[in-house]
Amino acid sequence: MQTEIKPQAAGARSGARNRRLTSRVRANRFAALAMTGVIPAAIFANCATPAAAFTAYVTNEKGDSVTVIDTDKMETTKTFPVGKRPRGIVVSKDGAEIFVCLGDDDAVAVIDTKTAKRTAKIASPDPEQLAQSPDGTRLYVANEDDNRVTIIDAQTHKTTTQIPVGVEPEGVAVSPDGKTVVSTSETTNMAHFIDPDAKKTVANVLVAARPRYAQFTPDGRELWVSSEVGGVVSVIDPDKHAVTGKITFDVPGLVNEHVQPVGIRFTKDGKTAFVALGPANRVAVVDVQSKKVQKLLLVGQRVWQLALTPDDKYLLAVNGVSNDVSFIDVAALKVVKSVQVGQLPWGVAMARQ
Amino acid sequence: MTEIGIKSEPAAGFTLRQYLVCLYGVVWREALRFVHQRERFVSALVRPLVWLFIFAAGFRQVLGISIIPPYDTYVLYEVYITPGLMAMIQLFNGMQSSLSMVYDREMGNMRTMLVSPLPRWFVLTSKLAAGAAVSVLQVYAYLAIAWFWEIEPPTPLGYLTVLPALILVGLMLGALGMLLSSLIRQLENFAGVMNFVIFPMFFASSALYPLWRVQESSPLLYWVCQANPFTHAVELIRFSFYEKFDPLAFGVVFGCAVVFLGGAIVAYDPARGMLVRKGQ
Repeated sequence: MQTEIKPQAAGARSGARNRRLTSRVRANRFAALAMTGVIPAAIFANCATPAAAFTAYVTNEKGDSVTVIDTDKMETTKTFPVGKRPRGIVVSKDGAEIFVCLGDDDAVAVIDTKTAKRTAKIASPDPEQLAQSPDGTRLYVANEDDNRVTIIDAQTHKTTTQIPVGVEPEGVAVSPDGKTVVSTSETTNMAHFIDPDAKKTVANVLVAARPRYAQFTPDGRELWVSSEVGGVVSVIDPDKHAVTGKITFDVPGLVNEHVQPVGIRFTKDGKTAFVALGPANRVAVVDVQSKKVQKLLLVGQRVWQLALTPDDKYLLAVNGVSNDVSFIDVAALKVVKSVQVGQLPWGVAMARQ
Repeated sequence: MTEIGIKSEPAAGFTLRQYLVCLYGVVWREALRFVHQRERFVSALVRPLVWLFIFAAGFRQVLGISIIPPYDTYVLYEVYITPGLMAMIQLFNGMQSSLSMVYDREMGNMRTMLVSPLPRWFVLTSKLAAGAAVSVLQVYAYLAIAWFWEIEPPTPLGYLTVLPALILVGLMLGALGMLLSSLIRQLENFAGVMNFVIFPMFFASSALYPLWRVQESSPLLYWVCQANPFTHAVELIRFSFYEKFDPLAFGVVFGCAVVFLGGAIVAYDPARGMLVRKGQ
C-alpha cells in the first residue's frame, strides 16, 4: 500500500494533519486489537446482549433482485426478486418498506421488509435514483428518459408532481432541512436546484462532465456533486448556487480515465467523506474541511454506490463488476471483507434493524 | 534417520548441561557472526524491500482482482507478496548458512564442530536452530519496515501467530541448506545453488503470484509449484500471518524439515555420508 499514502506524504504542508490521521489510525488499531482479543468472548456475549445489527439492501441491476446483508455478521442473509433493472434504492424512515427504482419496469417498487414481498408498484418512467425527504413523507425520483424529477407521496404511493430538469437526470439529493432538492443531469452536466414546495427549479449550476451523484454535507452548507467523466467532485455553495471548489483524485499507477467518481457519503460528524471511484476500484477518503484526499482504499471492480451503517462503523461499497460488496472499517480506514452478492450490484441502502 | 546419527556416535549419558554448553556455543557463534556481519543483515533486508518497492510497484495493477484464502477482501500486490518475501528472507538465510558451512569446511572450523563428543544430530540441530533464529529476526525487521506502508496482518495478533510458522520454515529451509552444503565441494559452487535451488524454488512458487494464475497459463507449472515445498512454506506463513492455519502447508513443511534434517545428518556422518563419497 505504499503508494496509497504517497499523496499525503508528498504534501509536506499537510504533514501535521497526516500525522494526526496516522496516529488516529494507529490508536484505533490498538483498540481493534483489544476488540479482536475478545472476539470469542463477544460471540458468546452476543447471545446475551443483542448487538446493534443493521440490514443492508443491495440492488442487483442484472440479477433483477435485492440482496439482504447482515452488516454485523458481514453475511448475505437472502436474495429476493424485485423487478427489471433495479438501481436506486432507499429504506423508509421507519424501516418497514424499501423503495427500489426499476428502470426497465418503468416503476418504483415498494417492498415490505418483513416479508420481502413487493406490495406496490408505482408507475414512474425509467427511474434511476431516488431520495426521500428528511421527514420521510416524500420520495424524489429522477426519471432518466423523461428528463423529470417526480415527487411521490411515500404513504399513498401517488405521484404528486413532476418537475422538468436537464437531460438524463440521475442523482437526487435532499438538503438536511428538506427545503432544497438537487438533481444532476448526466447530459446537460448541471446540478438543478429545486424548491420542492414551490415545485420548480430555482437554479442550475454547471458542473464537470456527466454528474452522477449529489450529496449534501450533514450541516447542509455544502453540496458535493460527483462527475463520472470529469473525474472530479464539485463542491457547491447551495445558497449562492456557485461551485466553490473541485476535488481531484490521483490514483497512483492508473490513468485518469479510470478515475470516475460516483457515490459520495459523509460521516455524521461531517468530517470525513467517502467517494467511490468506479473503475479505479478505490474508495477515496476525503477530509471534508481541507478537501484533501487522505487515503485510497482498494475495493472490488467498478465501485459505484456507498452506504454507511447508522452507527458510522462500516461503510459498504458496492462493486458492480466483481459482484460483491466491500466492508470498510470507518475508524481504522481499512477494507475488512468483501461479500459476494447478485449480478452487477448497483445501489445500497441501510436499515436500522 | 535420526537414530542412525545417534547410533554412529559413541556418545551416551551426557548431561543436560553439556548439551546446553554445546547449544550455547553454536548459537553464540552464529549470533556473533550475525552481529559482526552488519552488511549481511542489511542486505537481507534490502533484498525483499527492493522486491517490495520496485517489483511490486510495477506489478500492482496485474493483481488484486480476485479474493483467495486467507484474504477476506481484495489486497494490493504488495500485501500479497509480503509472505513470499518473508519466506524469501528465510530461503536466502538458509542458503547463506549452507554457504557458511562450506566456508567452515574450507577454513577448517568444521572439524572443530564435528569432533564434538556430543551426538552429531545435536550439533547440527543447534546450528540449524541458530540459523532459524537469525532468519526470524530478519523477517521481523522486514515486517517492522513494511508496517509503515500499512503492510500488516489484519490484527496485531498476526505478528504472534506467524512466529511458529517462521520458526518451522526457518528450520526447513536451514535443513535444506545444510543438506546442500554437504554436496558442495567448494565455496565457488555456491553460485550453482543460486541458479539451481534459490531461483527455481522462489519463482516456481506462490510467492509472487497466486497459483490459480499459474494454473491458467500452465497446468504443468501449477503442479511443479504444488510440489515445491517452498510454495507450502509461503502459504504456511501467509495463513498464519492472517491468524489462520493451513494443515496441508504445515504437513508439507514439517515433513520436509524432518527429511532434510535427516538427510543432512546422514550426509555429515563421516562413516557413510557424502563427505566420504566426495573424498573429503
